Amino acid sequence: MTDLGSDVAGITERLHDVTVSVNGVRRSAAVPARRLLSDFLRHDLELTGTHVGCEHGVCGACTVLVDGQPMRSCLMFAVTAQDHAITTVEGLCSAPDARVAPTGESMNPVQQAFAECHGLQCGFCTPGFLTTVTAYLEENPSPTSEQAREAISGNLCRCTGYQNIVKSVLRAAEIKVERAEEQA
Amino acid sequence: MKPAPFEHHAPLTVEQAVSVLTEVGHDGKVLAGGQSLIPILNMRLASPAHLVDINRVAGLDTVEVTPEAVRVGALVRHAGLERSAEAYAALPLLRQALVNVAHPAIRNRGTTVGSIAHADAAGEMPAILALTDGVVEVAGPSGSREIAWSDFFLGALETSLAAEELAVAVRFGRFPAGTGTAFTEAARRHGDYAMAGVGVALTVADGVVSGARASFVSVTDVPSVLDLGPALDGVEPGSGAWDAALDTAAEAVRGHVDPEGDIHASADYRRMLVTELTRRVLPQAADRARRPPPNAAFGSESAVRPLSSRPNAAFGEERGGR
Amino acid sequence: MTTQMFGAPIRRKEDPRLVTGGGRYLDDLGHDALAAAFVRSPHAHARIVDIDASEAIEVEGVVGIYVHEDLPGRVGEPLPLLIPHPTLTHGRTGYALAKDEVNHVGEPIVMVVATDRYVAEDACQRIRVTYDQLPVVVGIEAARSGELLVHDDVPDNVAAHMLQEVGDVDAAMAAAPHTLTLDLDIERSACMPMEGKGVYARWDRDRGELRMYSSTQTSTGVRAAVAAKLDLPLAKVECIAPDVGGGFGVKIVHPWPEEVLVPWAAILLGRPVKWAEDRREHFISAAHERGQLQRVTVGFDDEGHLLALDVKLWHDNGAYTPYGIIVPIITSTQLLGPYKPGTYRCEFWSLYTNTVLVTPYRGAGRPQGCFAMERTMDAIADELGLDRAEVRSRNFILPTEMPWDHGLLFQDGRPLKYDSGDFPASLAKLKDLVGWDDFADYRREAEAEGRKVGLGIGCYVEGTGVGPYEGGHIQIETSGRVNVSTGLTSQGQGHETVFAQIVAQELGVRMEDVYVTTGDTRKMAYAVGTFASRAAVMSGSAIALAARNVRAKALRIAADALEVSPEDLEIVEGTVRVKGAPATSMSLGTVSVLSNPLRYAFDEAAKAATQFAGTFDPDKPPVADDEEPGLEGKDFYSPTQATFANGMHAAIVETDPVTAEIKILRYCVIHDCGTMINPMIVEGQVHGGVAQGVGGALYERMAYDESGQLLNASFMDFLMPYASEVPTIEADHLETPSPLNPLGIKGAGEAGCIPVSAVIASAIEDAEGFPITRMPISPYDLWELRRRHADGEIPSLHRTTRTTHPSSKEPTA
Repeated sequence: MTDLGSDVAGITERLHDVTVSVNGVRRSAAVPARRLLSDFLRHDLELTGTHVGCEHGVCGACTVLVDGQPMRSCLMFAVTAQDHAITTVEGLCSAPDARVAPTGESMNPVQQAFAECHGLQCGFCTPGFLTTVTAYLEENPSPTSEQAREAISGNLCRCTGYQNIVKSVLRAAEIKVERAEEQA
Repeated sequence: MKPAPFEHHAPLTVEQAVSVLTEVGHDGKVLAGGQSLIPILNMRLASPAHLVDINRVAGLDTVEVTPEAVRVGALVRHAGLERSAEAYAALPLLRQALVNVAHPAIRNRGTTVGSIAHADAAGEMPAILALTDGVVEVAGPSGSREIAWSDFFLGALETSLAAEELAVAVRFGRFPAGTGTAFTEAARRHGDYAMAGVGVALTVADGVVSGARASFVSVTDVPSVLDLGPALDGVEPGSGAWDAALDTAAEAVRGHVDPEGDIHASADYRRMLVTELTRRVLPQAADRARRPPPNAAFGSESAVRPLSSRPNAAFGEERGGR
Repeated sequence: MTTQMFGAPIRRKEDPRLVTGGGRYLDDLGHDALAAAFVRSPHAHARIVDIDASEAIEVEGVVGIYVHEDLPGRVGEPLPLLIPHPTLTHGRTGYALAKDEVNHVGEPIVMVVATDRYVAEDACQRIRVTYDQLPVVVGIEAARSGELLVHDDVPDNVAAHMLQEVGDVDAAMAAAPHTLTLDLDIERSACMPMEGKGVYARWDRDRGELRMYSSTQTSTGVRAAVAAKLDLPLAKVECIAPDVGGGFGVKIVHPWPEEVLVPWAAILLGRPVKWAEDRREHFISAAHERGQLQRVTVGFDDEGHLLALDVKLWHDNGAYTPYGIIVPIITSTQLLGPYKPGTYRCEFWSLYTNTVLVTPYRGAGRPQGCFAMERTMDAIADELGLDRAEVRSRNFILPTEMPWDHGLLFQDGRPLKYDSGDFPASLAKLKDLVGWDDFADYRREAEAEGRKVGLGIGCYVEGTGVGPYEGGHIQIETSGRVNVSTGLTSQGQGHETVFAQIVAQELGVRMEDVYVTTGDTRKMAYAVGTFASRAAVMSGSAIALAARNVRAKALRIAADALEVSPEDLEIVEGTVRVKGAPATSMSLGTVSVLSNPLRYAFDEAAKAATQFAGTFDPDKPPVADDEEPGLEGKDFYSPTQATFANGMHAAIVETDPVTAEIKILRYCVIHDCGTMINPMIVEGQVHGGVAQGVGGALYERMAYDESGQLLNASFMDFLMPYASEVPTIEADHLETPSPLNPLGIKGAGEAGCIPVSAVIASAIEDAEGFPITRMPISPYDLWELRRRHADGEIPSLHRTTRTTHPSSKEPTA
């Protein structure tokens, strides 16, 4: 077989101009209708913090917040996200209760808690947990350990055995309180 | 795993949606939440030429409660219905079942009407539509029509919805006063499609059962309702006759369902399982039938594994190394 | 004094980066790269008759389509057999793209390169491959029967046959007062890291250099393989493992077909090319493990002492054997666990099937071996009416008997010789933690409530830190920054942290000044890889040795400059100072300046160093004959043998009397990996291992049908546990230092998952009263077993009929 070059004739896919607010910033790109939101974020906007683990909605690694609610970005098309507000793991760093750590990174309470409690190992699934837990604690600021476990039960992690993630959720709730008090 | 190309349509009204669907016919698929559809597209198990994305259609995102029914628009997400205090007060069964639908992130996107239109025998909400004697409201090129649940589901993943029609809402029927409901299912993992599931509605009048019905998940090829009245009517829950009546009801379930086996469990196991689940869930419904209406606060139902026994606290999770 | 770093639960250095979206995994790189996708065989065994790509060529954005015939020279030759062994008489490997025949569903046949992955998949879909289907061999029984063959030239499907024997087993068995035979079965599972494999390659045409990134557990291995395959000088190939989203074994295999093809295409096209494996590809074209049938015959005396152990096992190696016989040879040697077998014989056959190839998965044959040994221990206890822990205890190798040589050859070809361990102490701790002696009372209470509960136990010994070597390099910049590199890779084990802890401790520097690089062949060209729980032992020891060299050099230079003896100096928080007179000091940055006679005053450290210029001796060269410029040092660690970690687990399970659902009520772990560098990280490794073990015990199996189709090739149907399925793990540690390495450490990575299937089987068996011999076990499986038990097809345990036993009242199913 031969190299074909890139100039062969074929079906041209129509491009859609998609504009979304990502982490508070308006971002646009022209993409085909079938572009998954996960690929749009990662490859068109180069926000690679959102990871793709299965592309069938089971693992939760690609979870982002759409208008504040956790959703699987591999199960949404970028065109459908038009005009919606997306928060990715990168955006959690600029949350109002994020603080700059001694190492220089700005972290929201959930990010801080995961780092404190060894809530991650390889870190690949972590962004999906962070977005999920961030939204969860907004609604359930003081979960029990059992509730914390249930809250993370839609995300797969192959490294940690989840125990330190449960611990991280509980610790994040504490840090949120600490930071709120500090601000008051 | 990337979907094949398709033409994307984004109608803004029901009329436009129906018009596009009429134009594209069987080459088209409706995209609402997409939580069942997009995995299939990503795996290229289906590659429709047109996707009619109804997410921008106005007026489909409301939950309305009437004395007879809870009406759910086609863009109401599972999570929206799950959180609706009005819907919970009117029909607690909805939340009782919804908390078993996959995981919260899926429920935040997936729609209740979409899962009913998808008509998966393993779906919770088709069974609930059946149990509540619900109807599907449909818009088509020649106007609107309503399809009773019993006429809607034709087979696995097959409904009487025509290619040019859009399901714009479903109405779940409410139960008479004195009715308690309960739903339970058993899945390999929490949030997976159930190996078997059952929802029941049981009415108590003057201390005795005056009506009871059940519908099922994953053990019948289309949603179906089994009248448990012959087994339970006239029996006082908790009385001496209650246990025997429950056994009779469970046996009726065993005869009614027709599960298929797969890699997770055999048909026989599923039949046993749904029978046992029914046996366990009926007393819960009976309790609720005799209790005041529920507190509508979100989170007041949570999915519990149907294990009958509880760990002894002395040996239980409380001793975990936290 | 410097805070104690070694041994402390220090927070990980990598985490602030990873929790803020700063990780850079394979598919996060190369936004300008072309994308590769593959046409993979839909059949388990077939001849390729024709490949028609004419329709695919029409797809806009397609840049190249390649089949086997397009592959030049060594690119088109079979992939290497990495670990040959004399008993592997019929080793076979596949091609980068299949040549004439496919031997499992998922084998790559055509590579498409296109502008993006969507387009590449469009083209794949339009490629028509015509097959001539061949008979399919699936499952060990089919392979063992030898009626149908996977490879025409491999009789009976036997890739390897091996026998090791210590002592006269036949004589000891014949003389044994009791014998038992157990047939045991473990099914296939897989590593299933959250990130699949991936390769990204760039060719620098001007310099004739290849830079490649791979989501691998061995960048040096990939580099050497690719250089050889593509006929490039090693010096012109660089391989970097970026952040890697989990490995668990599957990424140690090299080169994967894509690791050869992607760089080849990048060179051919003169454009960067990337392939990121998707989940379906990972299921059908990466690697699986665990599938083994095992028959144990054991002879023992009235007290339960082992006299003879005769094991036969049949290992399903899938379609090819790139990784040789590592898995069954580990089973056959590590099966012995903490016990003295009396006499021992193990014979295995490694068999081909038309399924995905098998390579080591966390635990690597040990879970199967542990299952065999521990089921045997339970069976002996039941046969004799003895306590299960007591039978184990009677067969332990005692601390006074260490080092203990089993007289066998281990996976590394060296004697299987345990270096240390205190098994009686571990067991005592475990019994205390789980409440072993109180369980009979608990069971009685539970039974009174109509509940079925059981207690299970499992013990293991794990050879960790196998050689041949790893290296460490440390360089201190004039700023005081400490650069540490080692060649093996990281997939979440916290290497940046634990290696920094070692350096902080050995050198006397601050953690925040230490920067660790792993898996980058530009920084360290000699390395082996991350597998066999070896990173901390091997690279940790090498880095400690390198740090000691650097420390000696720093003291030498500083002593000279400060005009004191090196013995009078100490290094505290990056400053070299005179003991007892800390004002006389200089920073390591300054020492770094002094170490290099070329001293442009670029920075403050260089300016400061001029005051230590010292006397100038015209008869000496600027760099002494026995010195090198720069404050840096390098060393390698190469042990004579593996170091043996051990652990013991116990669990309490409850089974639903009707639905047979299985719930783990408690899971307890005693773990001994020698001296711990970072207990927080060790505990994390244990948690993760146990969770993976729970997956293997209760949820995960590869469901192949008779035609070789994998029926559950998705996360929907391959049931990896969520948090809702994993119990809280109660862990405690014992630290029996290894005498073999400078830090006293042993590996910890794989340990957690090794005994879980054995423990859960033991507990379910205890709850049910009949033997559990096959894992994993689902509620449906258990329900079926109860039915067969009720029908008399499966015997009861003796304990259920023994009147003196407290649980004799236990109802039957």
